[in-house]
Amino acid sequence: MKRILTIIVLLTMGGLQLSAQTKNKAKAVTKVTKVSAAVMANGNKIYGQYCLSCHMADGGGVQNMNPPLNGTSYVLGDKTRLIKVILNGFSQNVDIDGESYTNVMAPHNFLKDQEIADVLSYIRNSFGNKASGISALEVKAVRAKNKK
Amino acid sequence: MNRNLLKYVLAATLITSVASFYALKSDKGVKADPDNAGLKLPEGFGALKVAETGAKARHLVVTPQGDIYVKLAKPKEGKGILQLHENSDGKAQLTGGFGNYGGTGIYLKDGYLYASSNQEVFRYKLNDQNVVLSPDQPEKIVTGLKMGRQHETKSLVLDNDGNLYVNIGAYSNSCQVQDRGYQSPGMPGCPILDSAGGIWQFKANKLSQSYGDGIRYATGLRNVVGLDWNQQNNQLFVMQHGRDNLNSSWPALYDVKESAELPAECLYALKKGDNAGWPYLYYDQIQHKKIVAPEYGGDKKKEADTKYLDPAVAYPGHMAPNGLLFYTGKMFPEKYKNGAFIAFHGSWNRAPEPQKGYFVVFQPFKDGKPSGDWEIFADNFSGTPEKAAAGRADHRPCGLAQGADGSLYVTDDSKGTIYRIIYTKK
Repeated sequence: MKRILTIIVLLTMGGLQLSAQTKNKAKAVTKVTKVSAAVMANGNKIYGQYCLSCHMADGGGVQNMNPPLNGTSYVLGDKTRLIKVILNGFSQNVDIDGESYTNVMAPHNFLKDQEIADVLSYIRNSFGNKASGISALEVKAVRAKNKK
Repeated sequence: MNRNLLKYVLAATLITSVASFYALKSDKGVKADPDNAGLKLPEGFGALKVAETGAKARHLVVTPQGDIYVKLAKPKEGKGILQLHENSDGKAQLTGGFGNYGGTGIYLKDGYLYASSNQEVFRYKLNDQNVVLSPDQPEKIVTGLKMGRQHETKSLVLDNDGNLYVNIGAYSNSCQVQDRGYQSPGMPGCPILDSAGGIWQFKANKLSQSYGDGIRYATGLRNVVGLDWNQQNNQLFVMQHGRDNLNSSWPALYDVKESAELPAECLYALKKGDNAGWPYLYYDQIQHKKIVAPEYGGDKKKEADTKYLDPAVAYPGHMAPNGLLFYTGKMFPEKYKNGAFIAFHGSWNRAPEPQKGYFVVFQPFKDGKPSGDWEIFADNFSGTPEKAAAGRADHRPCGLAQGADGSLYVTDDSKGTIYRIIYTKK
């Protein structure tokens, strides 16, 4: 555990250093943030409780109703947009890979910053996805700017 | 020319033509596919794949002349209704398409083809061969119906007195303040019910009707996709899609197992003015009771007001009944006559428990009333039991129709396969 912590600290420092160099903090941090086993375990637990009943155990969603979470730009792309889906829910008419999904997702703003961070990090690294994790600080920042 | 040779040639020609005549004869008629189209059926039945449309095939009708009209959820190449024609062996090919709108409902009655988008109902005049005369000029019968992002389809059926019945689904799960929200309470006096969450009756031949012209025939129905007119007792029957999310919205009251099983998917026999009670109640098929919804003060035990309609039959939860058909044909054995076939599209809200459905059920009826236990009639649309349990079915049954010879047709809105089930035992 101690070793993992050391690695994280080192990586974060590296990230900060890198960001100072590139002046592109978000991008640099994105590249180096690792998702720990503890985050994955907690994310999995939250997923099972709040997400699985619609998005399914394999993250594949439900045809015409609930969008899949694997390989979509909504999950793998812009973190702010993704965090807002959790905070505000989702009921827009969008096509994902040419398919539309009609079910309403209720806001999940009752989840704590850490819980949202963990479940999103889990989703971004499950079902064949591979993307950077999301931190509680990032969630906090989005929540602060989020209207209502 | 040698006389003998001529004799031989004539003889050979005769033999060939007789042989080919017999070959033709034995080929004639509808035959089941060797694998029964992948379906599991009761003994004596067979099935064939009539066509692979590759479209989201919802409800369908079949004319006595062997034309099939299929309503698509989403238009394919700009066509929302596909027209196919059957060969003598039962296989059909695409002959055309029209109607640039997606939707579910389609019905044939008194020389007209009725079809719905998710907000309107159109009708097309047919010639004496049941072919649509002017595919680009339908009459708009109903317009301006409410459509949410969920339960948006408008299934339809006609009675024998010139009336059209249209489902207007509630654009909500349980009329919560925050739809599908965590412990979100129900809206007092659910305002959705004034224009959705029920069956509306319109005139079949009057143009441009909307809410003001129609009658809210029955209310308190969350969403109906499968519905049919029972000719035996002249009554409308509908299959309701029961509410979701008992566990995810109310985890303190319902565990995942209870949430998978509850509430029932209900068959209702409707009369004008009936109220089935959504969103205030759901039907618990294990307790055999109408239970107050948790959004409206329910605790899983408290019974609802007895003024609400009881279901005619209650089926396990979340199986999504999308097709209902009363069988009036002569092909199937006597027990099927006047009974109901129900196409269960298959569940999703049973997760993390195994999913269920993806089959066609037979519900016996006697004198216009359900009589006896339902049974699975056609199974394995999913491909394997594992695919059904995972909710990853190959095919998902949706619409039902009866052919002139008494065959039962089933659509699949996942891959667009059209199935035909026949009785083969002599």
